[in-house]
Parts: sequence; structure tokens; C-alpha cells
Amino acid sequence: MSLVNFTTREITCKIVYYGPGRSGKTSNLHYIYGRVPEARRGRMVSLATQTDRTLFFDFLPIDLGSISGFTTRFQLYTVPGQVYYNATRRLVLQGADGVVFVADSQGRQLDENLESLQNLHANLLDQGVDVRAMPLVLQYNKQDLPKELVLTPAEMDDALNFRAVPSFPADALHGTGVFESLKGISELVLKRLAQGAPA
Amino acid sequence: MTAALNPKFSFDSYVVGAANRLAVTAGRTVAENPGSAYNPLFIYSGSGLGKTHLLMAIGHAAKRAAPNLSVEYLTLDEYVEAFHAAIAAGQGDAFRRRFQSVDMLLVDDVQFLTNRKEMQSELLRLTEALQGAGHQIVLASDRPPAEIADLDERLISRFSGGLVVDMGIPDYETRVAILRKKAEERATSFQSGVLETVAGVEFANVRELMGALNRLIAFQAVNDAPITEAAARQVLGIAARGEGAEPAAAPAPAPDEFSTFLSDVTATVGRAVEAWRARVSEAILRWEGEGFRTKRLEALLAQETPGAVDQVISGFVKDVERLKVLAAEVQMLDPQAAGDSVFRDPERLDEAEKVAVRVREGAAPPPGPSAAFPLATFAAGPSNEKELAAIREVIASPGKKFNPLVLVGASGSGKTHLLNAIGLELAGRSRAVVACLSTQAFIDEVIAAIEGDRVDWWRARYRRATALLLDDVHLLAGKDRTQEELFNLFNVLQDKDRQLVFTAPSPPNTLEGLEERIQSRLAGGLVVTFTEPDRVVRRAVLERNLGKVEVALLDYLADRPATSIRAMLAELQRVKDAADAQSQPLTAGLARVVLEGEAPPRRRTSGFRTSGIVVSSAGGVRSREKMVWEWPVPADRMLEDLR
Repeated sequence: MSLVNFTTREITCKIVYYGPGRSGKTSNLHYIYGRVPEARRGRMVSLATQTDRTLFFDFLPIDLGSISGFTTRFQLYTVPGQVYYNATRRLVLQGADGVVFVADSQGRQLDENLESLQNLHANLLDQGVDVRAMPLVLQYNKQDLPKELVLTPAEMDDALNFRAVPSFPADALHGTGVFESLKGISELVLKRLAQGAPA
Repeated sequence: MTAALNPKFSFDSYVVGAANRLAVTAGRTVAENPGSAYNPLFIYSGSGLGKTHLLMAIGHAAKRAAPNLSVEYLTLDEYVEAFHAAIAAGQGDAFRRRFQSVDMLLVDDVQFLTNRKEMQSELLRLTEALQGAGHQIVLASDRPPAEIADLDERLISRFSGGLVVDMGIPDYETRVAILRKKAEERATSFQSGVLETVAGVEFANVRELMGALNRLIAFQAVNDAPITEAAARQVLGIAARGEGAEPAAAPAPAPDEFSTFLSDVTATVGRAVEAWRARVSEAILRWEGEGFRTKRLEALLAQETPGAVDQVISGFVKDVERLKVLAAEVQMLDPQAAGDSVFRDPERLDEAEKVAVRVREGAAPPPGPSAAFPLATFAAGPSNEKELAAIREVIASPGKKFNPLVLVGASGSGKTHLLNAIGLELAGRSRAVVACLSTQAFIDEVIAAIEGDRVDWWRARYRRATALLLDDVHLLAGKDRTQEELFNLFNVLQDKDRQLVFTAPSPPNTLEGLEERIQSRLAGGLVVTFTEPDRVVRRAVLERNLGKVEVALLDYLADRPATSIRAMLAELQRVKDAADAQSQPLTAGLARVVLEGEAPPRRRTSGFRTSGIVVSSAGGVRSREKMVWEWPVPADRMLEDLR
């Protein structure tokens, strides 16, 4: 992981959208893709290769130009949510600078959310990454669904947000909360610059 | 036809923010090192974000750094117009020549190249010519090269070959800074919070921002009272929203989410990368661009806290400046050594100094004239009047009047003295590098240079001489390589109107062993011949050498014929030695004794008396006395006995 390269004066943030299947991770990326000026964004890559080992993820590079003398790039990834794609998830998670955990706010999806969150912790631990040190924000997606189907952000916090990380209610399809989440994770990630984080 | 640089548009009045920092840094670098850092520099940004200002600022800065630099600023339209006018007037070639001789060309609004095929090929040609000549090109456009519609592939690659930088919309902090600066320029002050309110509005460009400021200034002037924050909002039409809410935070109803995100991230990075890191990064970018190693600065970035960053940077800059000075100096002395990487690495300044010392010693200007032979001590007389007049003319206008000048005369006739005297006079001129040495030393240097494999260096050393004076050029006989070198050096120096002076014992065309091309070149200048010194000259030399002595001695010695001054001085030396040995004062009598005959043996001197006849040594009588003194001893004794 090289977040800041002082020699080449580059800041590269790898941000991974994690979460259970169909929680809206790709919707997040699509929405961002649509809002980033053409000159700033790279091609959005969605990979689907069906062989023994399945590679299936989205990749969206964003070039933020020169900031304070640093060429700043964001690389947004999503992981496949389905349980059996764990190898891919671990691959994508490698070298991540920050994670946006996209949770499905529907009440009946709560177990999937928890399972996915535990999976995230397990995968990070496997890679020797201290879970508490990894910048993480939670996004409670699908808040636009009828009230009787979804949990409120407060309820979601109670259920998932054990470590009181920043959390954002969202409607990724229509864009509510998408940039807020991205901004939230960016701030956490970039804050590590100030702490003299890995160079 | 070319727009003049607007003096208002300088770097001093340019507000630098995150969005344009890279472009400004690159611009400064280019202005300080035209043609070498980024060529071409291509700046693009939306309309009204300061492209023209930056272009002109580069022009100004370049002019300030090198006042003789020719800088042209023009918009593409102006260029096209001028081109068409030139073509219509049949002056196409003159037009091209004019632009090809510009040291720094600043072209604005390049995007208008769209659909102008003939202009594109014209600009391509110009770009190639300027780049080839190491002249700087700076272009500005509202979009990157690749996005200019219908642009020739070759132009795209040319434009992109240097550095392409963009400038974005200034962030909030920069907007505030711009507003403050502009208000200051207008000598207007606002209540606190007013400018911040204006800056809170996300204008698409700086021009709109200026428009808003103008409206406020006008409003304030008309009402003759300081405008309040609320009034400002009303004037600018942003009163409706924001009422009660914080004005800066929610500027527009449907903000561009990405822009907001970008400015947020910029602010975060700005905070994170802290000002000092940004400064260091900028310095690195800048000096690296100039080809210097920036290890010391990079090390700074690795540290956690700012510490003594500014001192380190200023120390670094100082070292770099010193390196530049050294490199420039070495470049003159020894172009090869100047390529040494130590001149690019501030960490090795000590080594660079050493290299410079070495080069300086090695290339310490070629041997100069000896200070022992000033022109003032060269005795003038009827016999050398004309020759000296010619020499004075050479000294008055070296290289122009008589080039080369060849001094011909017998050994000891004062050629060397004159050669050095001329050298001294020429060396007195400003920026003069006078090479004055014997031909033998010259030959030795050539041999040493060949041995040390630094003939190029040796050549460079002599080629920068403003005058070359070679003593005893006839010694070149048979030294083919040295003759070859001298021939080339001769041509180089003569081409540059540098004075050449040689001495030889006989006229050039009679010198044997010298290649004809050298002979003819020597003979092609002015050949001045020195004859035997006349009495006036001899007496003058003697007077200077003896100081206060009796007149009879001076006359006696001056009257003695001498083929050369050196021969005469040799006689004088004999007399002096004798006087010293015998602890006697220098007198005409002693001189005569010493010069005209063996001093009589001591035992015979007791009764010896001179005849008392003083005769000119040039006269016929001399031989009689000489005869008497040269009598063999027995006869001598007989004569004594007779007395």
C-alpha cells in the first residue's frame, strides 16, 4: 500500500466498497461515475471472468488533479457481495486505504449485513491489517424504501456500528448520501497523511 | 501587431492556490530557464482562470531575469492575422524569420487552431524551429491539446511533449485571497465578512468573481457607506437563500457534487499535507525540473514535523545557486567538465567546488604576459620610432588594425620585451584574456594536452583568449601538430577580431620549417622589423639601468656600438661585476678597463698611469690604446724600464 509517495509526489487512495450482495455498492460507483467530469475519470471497469477462480469487481479511477503539489488519484473498487466470492474479495481488499461498508437498510437483510461485516473483519485480519486502524465508514443504503421495510439510521447504528465510525444514510440509486460517504472515507484516509502515515 | 505585455499581469499580482499552483510553479521555472525546463509549456484552463495573466507574468519574469531576452506575446488570432498580412504583402519569409528569432514566444488562445490547417502547419514549423534553437514556447488554451478539435497529430504530440498543466477553479480560500488582493489594488476596503460572502459563491471563473466585486465597489461608492454582509448578498442576488443559514456553506441549490467533493478533498489534503510539505514539494518540483538532485528536500518530507524546513530550503537554494555559478564558470573554462553530475547535486557542493578549482587551475587562463616588461620601460629612439607607432596602434585597437602583428629582429633586440609589453597593455582592458608565452611553452602545452587526452579542453582554453602573443614563432619549425593547432587557433581568433602577435628572428617568409599556410598568414599582417638600437635608445636603456652615475660613463657606454640591447646590457653587467669585485665605484675609467682590455696585473698597477687621453671608443684611437695594453709582458717591462 502506498498512500502517499513523496518522491513522485502522488497521493493514491484505494477505497473499497464492501458489503453484502445487492446492497448497492455498484450503484454507488455508477452514481459517482456519472458525476465526475469526463476528463477526471478513467474508464469504469466491470470485470466478470467465469473460470475456476472468479474475478468480479468494479473499478473506477478518479483523477483529482494536483492538490498541494500532489497528483491525487482515487481508485474506487467494489467487491462481489455473494458469499462464495470471498477469494475475490480478499484480492480486492489487498492494499485498501479505506473501506465504505454499504449495508442494506432492509430489516430482513440485517443478518447478511452482519455476516458481511464479520467477513470484512476476518479478511482484514487475515491480511494482517488491524481492523481498528483501517479507515471505515458505514453507509445505510436504500433509505428511500417504504419505512416499514427499512430500519432507521439510528437502528442501523445500533445493529452494526460497534465502533462508532461515521455513518451515512443513503439512496445510492438517486445519489443521496453517495458523495457524503465518499467524502467521509476520504477524510479518514487523508487524515492519516497528517499522522505521518506510511509513505 | 504584437500585444505588449500588460505590466499589471505579473507574478506579484497572481494569487496562487491549490488549483493553479502547479501551473504557476512550472511558469516560474520556465521564466527563469527559458528553453531548458519545459519546452513547450502548455497551460490550459477554463475561460477567466488566469491563463493570459500567467502567460504575461512568465514574459515579465523572463524579461526581468534576462533583460536582453526577446519575448513576444500574442494571441493566436493576432498570429493568424499577421501571417495573412505578411502573405498578402509577399513577406512570408520575413514573417517566419521574425518569429524564429524570438527567444520566448507566448501564444494565447491556441484552441482557435481548429479548422485552420494552413495555420497548423505554420505553427508546427515554427514550433520545430524554436525548439530546435532552444527557444521557449508557452501556449495557453482552454482545453488540453488532444481535445482541440481537428488538430494535427504532430502538433498534439509536440504540444504534449513538454509539460501540459491545467488550472482549475480557485477554491474558497483562494477566492478570498483574490478578492482581498483586488480590493487592495482598488484601494477599497470592505466590512469584515463581505468578501468572504462573495467568495462563498461558486463562480465559474475569476472574471465573474471580479464582476461581483465590481458591483460591490460600485454599490459602496454610490451609497457612500460601507456595504454590509446582508446588503452584499442582496446586491449579488444571493440573499434569498442563506437567510439565517450560514452563507458560505450552502452556496447553490444544486451544487456540482463532484466539485464540492473535490474542493473538500483539496481542503483535507491541504490540511493533511500541511503548508510546509506543500512548500517542500513545490521546491522539489521546481529544482527537479531544472535538473538538480533534490535528495535533501525529499528527506524533509519523510520527517514528521516541519522542523527547520525553511532554513533547509533556503540553504538548498543557496547551494543550487552556487552550483549554477560554478557550472557557468566551468562551462567557460572546460565545457566537458561542466557536464559533471556534481554540478547537479547540491549534496556534493564540496566536490563541485573542488572540480571547479581543478578546472580553474588547469584552465587558469593561458599564461599571460610578464609584468617585468612594461611598455613604459621600452626605450624609444629614431631607430624604432615607426615600429613603436605601429605597436601603439595595435594596442589602441587590438584585432582591428594590424592582425597579426609580427615583430622581427635579431636576438636581444627587445622583441620579447615588446611582446610582453603589448600583452600587458591588452590585458589591462576589461574582460581581456591575454595568452602570452614562448613558442616552446606552447609546444609543450600541446604535447601535454595530447598526453593527457584533453586536447579539446586545451583548445577551449586558448580559444577564449582575447589576444594570443607567441614569442619566437620560428621554433615551430618541424612541429607539425603544433603548427596544425596554431593554424586552427589562428583562424578562430582572427575571425573573432582577436589580436595575434608573434616574434621571429627574420621575416616570416624566410622562416624555414614553417608550413606555408602559417607563413602566409604571418606575412599577411604587419611585419615590423627592429634594427640595431641607435645611441638614443642605448643611452636611455643605460640610464634606466644605472640610475645616478657619472655622465662620462653613460656616454662612454652609449657610444660603444652594440648589435642589440642585450649585448650592450651584457657589457654593462661585466662592468658592474668588475666594480663589485674590486669594490670600486662605477666610472668610465673602470668601464674602459673592463671592456677594452684585461686589467693590468696588480704588480704593474702601482706605477701605472693613464695617458689622460679620453677618446671615443668608436674612434680609431681605441685600437692604439688597446695595442699598448695588449703588449706582451716583456715589452711592457721594457717600456716601463724606459720611463
